[in-house]
Amino acid sequence: MDIVKDLLNGSKLALSRTITAIENEYEEASSIMRELYPHTGHAFVLGITGPPGAGKSTMTDKLARAYRNMGKTVGIIAVDPTSPFSGGAILGDRIRMNSLTLDEGVFIRSMGTRGSLGGLSHKTADAVKALDAFGKDVIFVETVGVGQSEVDIVKAADTTMVVLIPGMGDDIQAIKAGILEIGDVFAINKADHDGADKLQAELNMMLDLDGEKLDWRPPIQKVIASQGEGINELVALIEKHYAHIGATGKLAQRRHDRTKTELLELLKASIGSYITKNIVKTGRLDNCLKDIEEHRNDPYTIVHQLMNELLKQ
Amino acid sequence: MMEKRIRVLVAKPGLDGHDRGAKVVARALRDAGFEVIYTGLRQTPEQIAEAALQEDVNVVAMSILSGAHPHLFPKVVELVHEKGMKDVLIVGGGVIPESDIPALKKAGIAEVFTPGTSTGDIVDFIKAHVK
Repeated sequence: MDIVKDLLNGSKLALSRTITAIENEYEEASSIMRELYPHTGHAFVLGITGPPGAGKSTMTDKLARAYRNMGKTVGIIAVDPTSPFSGGAILGDRIRMNSLTLDEGVFIRSMGTRGSLGGLSHKTADAVKALDAFGKDVIFVETVGVGQSEVDIVKAADTTMVVLIPGMGDDIQAIKAGILEIGDVFAINKADHDGADKLQAELNMMLDLDGEKLDWRPPIQKVIASQGEGINELVALIEKHYAHIGATGKLAQRRHDRTKTELLELLKASIGSYITKNIVKTGRLDNCLKDIEEHRNDPYTIVHQLMNELLKQ
Repeated sequence: MMEKRIRVLVAKPGLDGHDRGAKVVARALRDAGFEVIYTGLRQTPEQIAEAALQEDVNVVAMSILSGAHPHLFPKVVELVHEKGMKDVLIVGGGVIPESDIPALKKAGIAEVFTPGTSTGDIVDFIKAHVK
């Protein structure tokens, strides 16, 4: 079968197999991506991040349904952690999204982080492109439950929503660097729990400190996702942000930065696989290592030599 | 090229709410290095087949303790095949009488694991038979 043609014609099987090829780095993946690339760039990519148990999956489920009611088609990439010990993973985000499974306008894919530390998998961006080329209007990217420094989502999304819940710590947490710096929109979930007002006040204080240098003051919405309360208001804020970055040229800037990052990473990966193929697997690395250990050569000279060889090719 | 990662959908079809067995198996599969997609309780065969398609799994592992396996297991096989996923390994487990097993196997269930099976046997079976 012609997987690209089938994907573009709406085959879910082809889309699914494409994402597998991307994730497993099958040889055909780069030629598939090459053909899909001209069909990308149409979808709105919404990043959803926050600590474990904040309700990201439930929120994704409810937001996806709201967008479906607006007549939009939806793609969802849900990332959960891969065990650093066994390489296995339990991908459990679908548990909260069962009502979307049989909706023809929704496609959900779970991904393990597979060694990536930034809250996404290395292949998330390409999987988003596959959903984009497939024709999804809105693509949700749900990160793993994050702590403070997993901020890769800002590089992958047009708009980033940070989901918080009351009772996670004192007010100094709110002024630390990290995920609180990346929110375009904040959602305080489980807003019926104690401490929601306090959290909102602390967040407001933190966000106001940046007030004057920003043209977008991230809004905060209280939500009870499990009951759908506050979801429509949240969608309105997300749409407002998307319109704002579109009007101010920030969207173009974000996508420009993203393309630059991806290009650089692709280049690095390509050089990395050259090294694996020509230096590691051929046994040259071991020979070089021996030279170093037996004091015949040093690492710096060897790297210089190997780089010269690579550049001549 | 990255090593292929075996992806398994662990599903609970039917209406019984006993998911301890499914969770124990999910955990064992995780520790064996598989990616396990767990979808929770009370899944219809249609939901299971659709999730298997979207997740492009190599294996569908179902657990039933309600006695509805003679109907639900073959239905899942049929729907998964209808979606063009002919090479998926489909296995079942739970409280299933020995006498029901031949019919299930004939319907396309590759193996049936009854109470007392060690999780290691399930892992080994999957590793040996996954395509």
